Amino acid sequence: MDILSKEKKLAKLEKQINDLGDSKAVEKLKLEIESYKKKEMTKLTAWDRVLLARHQKRPTAKDFINYISPDFIELHGDRLFRDDRSIIGGIGTIDGIPFTIIATQKGKNLENNLLRNFAMPHPEGYRKALRLMEQAEKFKRPILTLIDTPGAYPGIGAEERGQGHAIAQNLFKMSQLTVPIIAVVIGEGGSGGALALGVANRVLMLENAIYSILSPEGYASILWKDSTLAPKAAEIMKLTALDLKDFEIIDEIIKEPLGGAHYNKTETFKNTKIAIMAEFHKLRRLSGTELHYRKITKFRNFGFLQRFNYENLGGIKR
Amino acid sequence: MNSISKTLNKRKKLKKNLKNKISEGTYNKVKNLDVPKGLYEKCPSCDKTINMKKNIENDYICNHCGNHFRMRAIDRIKYIIDEDTFAEKGLGFITLNPLFQDGYEEKLAKYKKATNLDEAYIYGFGQIFGQPCVIGVMDSYFLMGSMGSVVGEKVTKSFEYAIYKKLPIVIFTASGGARMQEGIFSLMQMAKTSSAVASHSNMGLLYISVLTHPTTGGVTASFATLGDIILAEPNALVGFAGPRVIEQTINQKLPEGFQRSEFLEEKGFVDKVIHRKDLKRSLAKLLALHRRSY
Repeated sequence: MDILSKEKKLAKLEKQINDLGDSKAVEKLKLEIESYKKKEMTKLTAWDRVLLARHQKRPTAKDFINYISPDFIELHGDRLFRDDRSIIGGIGTIDGIPFTIIATQKGKNLENNLLRNFAMPHPEGYRKALRLMEQAEKFKRPILTLIDTPGAYPGIGAEERGQGHAIAQNLFKMSQLTVPIIAVVIGEGGSGGALALGVANRVLMLENAIYSILSPEGYASILWKDSTLAPKAAEIMKLTALDLKDFEIIDEIIKEPLGGAHYNKTETFKNTKIAIMAEFHKLRRLSGTELHYRKITKFRNFGFLQRFNYENLGGIKR
Repeated sequence: MNSISKTLNKRKKLKKNLKNKISEGTYNKVKNLDVPKGLYEKCPSCDKTINMKKNIENDYICNHCGNHFRMRAIDRIKYIIDEDTFAEKGLGFITLNPLFQDGYEEKLAKYKKATNLDEAYIYGFGQIFGQPCVIGVMDSYFLMGSMGSVVGEKVTKSFEYAIYKKLPIVIFTASGGARMQEGIFSLMQMAKTSSAVASHSNMGLLYISVLTHPTTGGVTASFATLGDIILAEPNALVGFAGPRVIEQTINQKLPEGFQRSEFLEEKGFVDKVIHRKDLKRSLAKLLALHRRSY
């Protein structure tokens, strides 16, 4: 039974409570709910976390920004082609400190999602992000990025305007910035589209967020030619926060309330804000050169391999 | 008379055997790889049957229509780099199979044997018409040239070697993207290689990237499109998302020539599309033009 059907069962129980007026029965049902939550909602498989990360009610980047930085001013446009609505960027203060905040925005309903292009940015979105980051570098503002995207948009227009080039430029320039960058994966972190905002000094992740090279569906369809095997793919892909922390790909995990972020949004936002500010206060002590150097060495060491060894040469002769 | 004819026959036989041996040899070599399946093959662009042996001698270009076939990394180096100047670096890395996938190591071993490479990327020092440079070549016959931990590490190492020696670098890209079998680690190679390009660029050194068929996915979105000068071979597929993925997403057929190098040149993402026969001369010229003059 996956997480969504568990949620349905919970909702059913809660509805039963509302229907009943009798206080004894209510107490009993409430206890049942509590025990069920503790028993079932803590045992999450990787596929459950994928479902939670894509959950319809999961708070979007804008909800996070509204809580973390209430005075956020959005800035539009990449100055080259147009404004991409799937990436929002601007300036806002967090605890009185001005931050440049950049985030990929999912929609809450279909109409909104069409406007936001399901949080799949076009090249102009990445160029807007880069413009704002360069602005932050100029005014020595720290940068916060919130990542929640299935990936960069694969389409004719995106290819015509150089999707690959735009992402590569972001990776190139972000690795060179000397202001503190903190990235938080709040939902889905899919492939190069997520990494283009994720070359940061500190990468945090919500407990039920995922970060992967491609979607479990894509992985299953490429390896086993069957996209319905996605749950199986999710288990072996190592895309959950816990696995990535083990690999030291991410630095910190932010706790979510029982059952997922949407059960208690304020608590999620609060935890996120505390985690971000804790990391920022660690980073603000470092000089620009130090920040740059540490970021480069951190990414330099990513790789799961054995270094030089004569035995590894095997039979290669040339 | 009789003895003479006998010896002649003998020589004929010997010659025949020798010929058979040679053709068998190349045939087997070619058979091990998955794409050129035989000695004769149909050109995908003009549908004419061509002799693959002659085709290889002709730098993998179709005699009839000039279509560029995929080229193996070792042949590429033989073709671009002056004789006896190539010194390979950075051998001996192996991946540790981060997702613990069954059969991945065996698959790699199979490709290693078939291509005689240790990974999908080789690099080293070389000279192009006497111009010293670091050359890196991806091989699309090795697991579609996909970028995993080892390829990312070797690409980064080649940039570091170029920084250490203060040399320009030329990279031939041919890749299907990041290697899925290594999951998130392959993704991180994009950031790793891009920051290596940045370090090299900060030293004021030249990086020429040559896009060959096919260059897609994570490689396009990292070091392939970060060159100071970006060249491309004619009719090479270059793009971020593969054509099949785009077709599935937008539910319509793609126009002809979409994502080909000429298309990219028109859109302004490639400096020049260069025929394979002119490539070596152009590279040497570009390298010469970028020597410090003061």
